[in-house]
Amino acid sequence: MVLQHKDWHAFALVQSRLDEEGRRIFFAIGAGLFVPALPTEENWLSAATVPHKKISKTRWRPLPPGSLQTAETFATGSWDNEENYVSMWSIGDFGNLDSDGGFEGDHQLLCSIKHHGDVMDLQFLDQERIVAASSTGCVTIFLHHPNNQTLSASQQWTAAHYHTGPGSPSCSNAPCTGVVCNNPEIVTVGEDGRINLFRADHKEAVRTIDNADSSTLHAVTFLRTPEILTVNSIGQLKIWDFRQQRNEPTQILSLTGDRVPLHCVDRHPNQQHVVATGGQDGMLSIWDVRQGTMPVSLLKAHEAEMWEVHFHPSNPDHLFTCSEDGSLWHWDASTDGPEKSSLFHQGGRNSTFLSHTISNQANVHQSLISSWLSTDPAKDRIEITSLLPNRTLSVNSLDVLGPCLVCGTDAEAIYVTRQLFS
Amino acid sequence: MEEFDGEPTVTWIPGVNSQKKQMCFDWGPGEMLVCETSFNKKEKSEMVAGCPFIHIIRKDIDVYSKILRKLFNESHGIFVGLQRIEEELTGKSRKAQLVRVSKNYRSVIRACMEEMHQFAVADKDSAIGRQFSSQVSILSAVELIWNLCEILFIEVAPAGPLLLYLLDWVRLHVCEVDSLSADVLGSENPSKHESFWNLPGNTQTLTELELRWQHWHEECERHLQDGTFASNPHLESLCKVLLGDDAALLEHKELLSNWYHFLVTRLLYSQPTVKPMDLHLYAQSSLDLFLGGESSPEPLDNILMAAFEFDIHQVIKECSIALSNWWFVAHLTDLLDHCKLLQSHNLYFGSNMREFLLLEYASGLFAHHSLWQLGVDYCDHCPELGRVSLELHIERIPLTTEQKALKVLRVCEQRQMTEQVRSICKVLAMKAVRNNRLGSALSWSIRAKDAAFATLVSDRFLRDYCERGCFSDLDLIDNLGPAMMLSDRLTFLGKYREFHRLYGEKCFVDAASLLLSLMTSQIAPRSFWMTLLTDALPLLEQKQVIFSAEQTYELLRCLEDLTSGRPLCGEPDAQQLQDDDIETTKVEILRLALARNLARSIIKEGSLEGS
Repeated sequence: MVLQHKDWHAFALVQSRLDEEGRRIFFAIGAGLFVPALPTEENWLSAATVPHKKISKTRWRPLPPGSLQTAETFATGSWDNEENYVSMWSIGDFGNLDSDGGFEGDHQLLCSIKHHGDVMDLQFLDQERIVAASSTGCVTIFLHHPNNQTLSASQQWTAAHYHTGPGSPSCSNAPCTGVVCNNPEIVTVGEDGRINLFRADHKEAVRTIDNADSSTLHAVTFLRTPEILTVNSIGQLKIWDFRQQRNEPTQILSLTGDRVPLHCVDRHPNQQHVVATGGQDGMLSIWDVRQGTMPVSLLKAHEAEMWEVHFHPSNPDHLFTCSEDGSLWHWDASTDGPEKSSLFHQGGRNSTFLSHTISNQANVHQSLISSWLSTDPAKDRIEITSLLPNRTLSVNSLDVLGPCLVCGTDAEAIYVTRQLFS
Repeated sequence: MEEFDGEPTVTWIPGVNSQKKQMCFDWGPGEMLVCETSFNKKEKSEMVAGCPFIHIIRKDIDVYSKILRKLFNESHGIFVGLQRIEEELTGKSRKAQLVRVSKNYRSVIRACMEEMHQFAVADKDSAIGRQFSSQVSILSAVELIWNLCEILFIEVAPAGPLLLYLLDWVRLHVCEVDSLSADVLGSENPSKHESFWNLPGNTQTLTELELRWQHWHEECERHLQDGTFASNPHLESLCKVLLGDDAALLEHKELLSNWYHFLVTRLLYSQPTVKPMDLHLYAQSSLDLFLGGESSPEPLDNILMAAFEFDIHQVIKECSIALSNWWFVAHLTDLLDHCKLLQSHNLYFGSNMREFLLLEYASGLFAHHSLWQLGVDYCDHCPELGRVSLELHIERIPLTTEQKALKVLRVCEQRQMTEQVRSICKVLAMKAVRNNRLGSALSWSIRAKDAAFATLVSDRFLRDYCERGCFSDLDLIDNLGPAMMLSDRLTFLGKYREFHRLYGEKCFVDAASLLLSLMTSQIAPRSFWMTLLTDALPLLEQKQVIFSAEQTYELLRCLEDLTSGRPLCGEPDAQQLQDDDIETTKVEILRLALARNLARSIIKEGSLEGS
């Protein structure tokens, strides 16, 4: 069979992308000037490899320490299908750069494994192992064998999250909503308000806090090693310290009044007291957990639920958010002129190292507070770029690593770019 | 009632002998439940082992095809884009945009075809492979029809360019069927003609072109009559072909894959400037000549013929009957509607054809496990019945996780569908109560602004407090904020907890006045007053005086209200007597404490005023 006009499909997508208003400038409450950003849609590696499943999570495989490679393998999880999968993808090599600087060809599916229930969260434990949270309350570690490109379940905690109610005969499963890993430790949270601490080599949970929260826990992250931070559906952040035997949070921070549910949380990679959360109203909140119980700043962002927020791991003046409204945003707080410390804005490994040492004594070096915490609207500019040209259905997940970003949508598409900062 | 346009298809239910057994059924959106009944006419029949299954019968099976999901997802994006095309755009720019949209749709069809073809080739011999290849041919036919509709209805090509479009059309589709035809068409389409068409340029009018062509045609004819090529039968036959001689063309029927290939070839050599309006005459005669009475036209032939006749409604009707999905007719009709070609047509059911077809397609999507999100936008763009349809569908989406529920709620909240928001939140609140997650339950009822349910949950909290002596879910109750005002009971719960907090923080005066106001303002349910009064006891026993004389009088009044208002009911049993005993003792203690406090407060207030 000869199919003519084979490249029409790609052509059509490019056309519509160029026609749509690809870049938008957004304003934030209480902030100052915003500079128009460069359109970035040309940088998308491949617009839509359709995996025929709604994507709930996308995660880059971490690079070996000290590696100079760029990211090339990522994992995805699907949701709301009759059969759900955890899959590994490769974005191929640099070989086929086409004339426009874009990339031809699709990301390649390396392998898939069936996953019972929706994939609610996905986190790499190390380079080979990936932890999946299921809507069935089960937590599974999958092992990726790069030699023969297969995935296998290596460890599983069934019913890690469950309800015990008068209505349910014995106990019914509760969805596990969030996972965070710090090899070998794995912390999970769920709709049952329970926090579990697992170790990759232990069969049973190392620690369980029942009724840690009266409402649904939506996400969890590590603050400092024995401390974790959870966000819940009534707008609260809770800090838990596993060294303490009491099953009570050491600190509760909350949005006042509105009780807007918080859906995602990420900690600044170098300044461990700086935390970003995203809420049901699409609002981005920046918190300083050392001070007060209220957010330092509230930034009006998306029009619907913010599903994920991520600081750039090595360039933390950049932040990325995605939302139910189908948008994916790049927040750049590094454009605030020379009066600020330049240490944070150079990018690259040196600044990471320096800012890390400084963060331990941040109180002393007042001049070096994070650009996210400063509250002077006249001085600060945050440049916001909308990264996806056509909005349709929800962007459920995103991940950044080096110059690479991957995101997945309910429109069953995965988007990848390798030129975030070009 | 209109007559059926075709025989209704019969679906056999496996395992059921319809001769012997009766069946019952129930309609669902896009599907039907069917099972055997044990109903029998009169006599008790011998117990024949029946079919123990309930079958789900789905109408729109293509929705469940894994590869076609690409078609559904991507065409959804194009559809949404099309609805945004501004109405103000007129003339050329609008037409150009509509043509582009049409091409986008076709490119998605082609992409799916390509993918499906790969699967079919990879799995050549299996049943699945054969299924894929039959899907490929269906998609190919769909694209063929769409392309012709694009030329005739959207592009509205005038005489002259019309044939060029038709040539492209045939070339694109015939090539797929048989690669040999590509060569044939290539050779039958000599460069002579290409340059001939290029010749007129922009300066020449259609009439001039027609004159020149006529001239050339006559010259060919003269050569033929003069017998210039008589020595070589091949050359003579070629000349006849160039003159568009039907008989000569039909001699090479095996090279023409189908009648529309024949039609376009014929037009090319005999009527290059065919007018759109005359097209159907040539189409009909081509079909008749080509089939030659040997076989009867197939559904595809009828659809194409209807298009050549510019009968849009017939095209859509025939397609609806012939195809097993609503995707094609729904999207094509919508596009043609945007071309303002369907205004006058109203159905005797539903609202109009566009809406009817879009909603049929959408209900197929809603029935699907995960494509329901796409259906929402289709409903949005049906002004008349879309909203009602969406309301009915959205409530029936199974809510497996809160995350999914949030997505469904977002759809409802964006469209101010308060009734549905309330019902979804209620479902979730109910689920939470069943799972003993009172905090979650309260959150959901607050979100739904469901006062009755909030009262119910608050009562559960209070009951738990009375049983256990401590509050659960303090993180929630302490942070109710303005949501506390939703129901009186919730307000009471929040305030009562505030009393405990104040007491714990040793703000006794504030705690005392809050406690009193809970009773005097009637926020506290009467059944709870005794608990509140008992809570007052430790405050009355403090070293310093906390309740003022006036407050103590009010406390007394509350106590008297409570004790005097108690109805006497029937013969008390032993348990009740014992309870009453405890109650009486409590009241006695309270009275004593109140009297002593009153005495102390009078002294204190008197001495303070005195000093």
